[in-house]
Amino acid sequence: MGNVPTTVKHCLSYEQLIQDYPWLKRWLLEEKTNTGHEFPEFVKIVEVGPRDGLQNETEIVPTGVKIQLIDMLSGTGLPVIEATSFVSSKWVPQMADHTDVLRGIQRAPHVRYPVLTPNMQGFQDAVAAGATEVAVFGSASETFSKKNINCSIDESMLRFKEVINTAKERQIPVRGFIISIRIISCHHHQCLDSMGGFILLLIRADAPQLQISPYVSCALGCPHEGYIEPSKVSEVAKSLYELGCYEISLGDTIGVGTPGSMFKMLQSVMKEVPTNALAVHCHDTYGQALPNILTALQMGVCVVDSAVAGLGGCPYAQGSSGNVSTEDVLYMLHGMGIETGVNLAKVIEAGDFICNALHRETNSKVAKARGRTLGCVSVRENI
Amino acid sequence: PGRQCLSTSSGQALPEKVKIVEVGPRDGLQNEKTMVPTETKINLIDMLSASGLPVIEATSFVSPKWVPQMADQVEVMKGIDRKPGVSYPVLTPNLKGFQAAIKAGASEVAIFGAASELFSKKNINCSVDESLQRFDEVMKAAKEFGVPVRGYVSCVLGCPYEGKVAPEKVAHVAKRLYSMGCYEISLGDTIGVGTPGSMSKMLEAVSREVPVNALAVHCHDTYGQALANILVALQMGISVVDSSVAGLGGCPYAQGASGNVATEDVVYMLHGLGIQTGVDLSKLMDAGAFICRTLNRKTNSKVAQATCKL
Repeated sequence: MGNVPTTVKHCLSYEQLIQDYPWLKRWLLEEKTNTGHEFPEFVKIVEVGPRDGLQNETEIVPTGVKIQLIDMLSGTGLPVIEATSFVSSKWVPQMADHTDVLRGIQRAPHVRYPVLTPNMQGFQDAVAAGATEVAVFGSASETFSKKNINCSIDESMLRFKEVINTAKERQIPVRGFIISIRIISCHHHQCLDSMGGFILLLIRADAPQLQISPYVSCALGCPHEGYIEPSKVSEVAKSLYELGCYEISLGDTIGVGTPGSMFKMLQSVMKEVPTNALAVHCHDTYGQALPNILTALQMGVCVVDSAVAGLGGCPYAQGSSGNVSTEDVLYMLHGMGIETGVNLAKVIEAGDFICNALHRETNSKVAKARGRTLGCVSVRENI
Repeated sequence: PGRQCLSTSSGQALPEKVKIVEVGPRDGLQNEKTMVPTETKINLIDMLSASGLPVIEATSFVSPKWVPQMADQVEVMKGIDRKPGVSYPVLTPNLKGFQAAIKAGASEVAIFGAASELFSKKNINCSVDESLQRFDEVMKAAKEFGVPVRGYVSCVLGCPYEGKVAPEKVAHVAKRLYSMGCYEISLGDTIGVGTPGSMSKMLEAVSREVPVNALAVHCHDTYGQALANILVALQMGISVVDSSVAGLGGCPYAQGASGNVATEDVVYMLHGLGIQTGVDLSKLMDAGAFICRTLNRKTNSKVAQATCKL
């Protein structure tokens, strides 16, 4: 399972690909821009704005607005949109309307809508609300665990076992659906051992339709431990991959990475995991996200996480930015002749919409610059 | 180690050292609405000198009628503490400006040309070739005085009036400036529309006409692409980067949008790559904090904004 390239994950043949993605045929016939570097021809964008983004915004957003945001994003061509989180509203008030959101959105064909489910209750609610892809997460340390899901690592593992067994059982009435489980884990051995056991459980649960894609946080630096050795990250990535995870997202959680540390970390991880099973989740806290993403692309990574309008500040640096803006990433990729299937102008519209609702300015430089050019010819050939 | 590995497929390694040309006090302040007192400008330049920056663009000998912010050019030039080994170039748009600059003690000057005809027409009301001819007399005078001249080319990756700009046109202007006697040509993405794609195409064309060690990049961050573009330039052998402390200076063509890339963010990236700059980042941030307080504005530098409490 882990060896299947992500771009053909849903397809078994070229004909199927062309049918599902009509733009592909047109793209294949067009001349490609030669940037002089070896870059992927297509990059999959994983849009985390509605969940990871909004979760880190202080202003509470009404349900109708969240639904409208996701519907607007669905119309842009984004292939994956993290919709909401089935976490207790006591801990994350922003996500209290998870059921209404998931039920209310209009699901576009060929778009995936993963939702976070930290425990059994959350999982049940998610499936009842119609989720076809869920994510569970472990934590880096006891402190993290306590802060995030109010239990120890062991307790959280027990919860996941319950979740998985139920998912297995539920396979019967929901035959035909792909239930994917996205695991968010970390670089700590302690956590890895628990995660490893948990994943083995998944595999042995004889649920062939389960897709596991973990998120490794703090890949370039930890708020508690500082610098993280690339070898630690690659150990975790290797174990997860060997256990059957098809895609591993490497997160620069506090945005301290630079092309130098990104290169070293990826070089180490790529010795253990095929490049086409890797994704990068860069934070722009130090303005390094785009050069870091560029570095990852130069090394062959072709999946990038980002958030519309750069929603979501950094929880570890008050007032700083967090997620990189989807608009800025798209502008760069399209400028390099890399295809994404996403309409940048429509993403900007969605970003404008949510920023109005949040009464805040966008974090996207592209969105800021667009439409402010004073009576001049448009040079924005990428938009 | 990271620096050497991030080479292009042709195997060219990243430079060991990069020279930062700090344009905040001139290019930055020139595009700020708030008028800054002379004393503040002098303090800023002195603080920047102390941070280890090797080149600091001090002021512009342009008519105060056109650029009121630079009206105190002589006082600034005479008032700053010149650190040995640091260069303080000034802009000289014509012979009169050059003469005034020399009188005020300048030992390096800068001239400029555009890669777009329309831009040239709208800005200085003549064609690109005509504008370069006007600089002939400045070049002659500079030779007489033994003063080095830096050349700027604007709109290298796009023009607010013409749209796309042909890389060959940029190469043509760069070559003209170089053969006129400029020791270094700074290629400016004036409206920040460039991406790693257009940057590498343009540099490929220009480096066929001008040796790469005589080239610099001056990237604007209006579309957030500056650092990515700078990285690509480094990979192609460029080792001189223009930037502005605190990202001073908005974009005059996109109201409210950002302009110059922040020196702090550039230095953070370069140091992370193991590239030497000679700059002390914390002293640089002090200078940025100082000028932002005075201008009563937030910094444009993300590194400065992030007070990550690790």
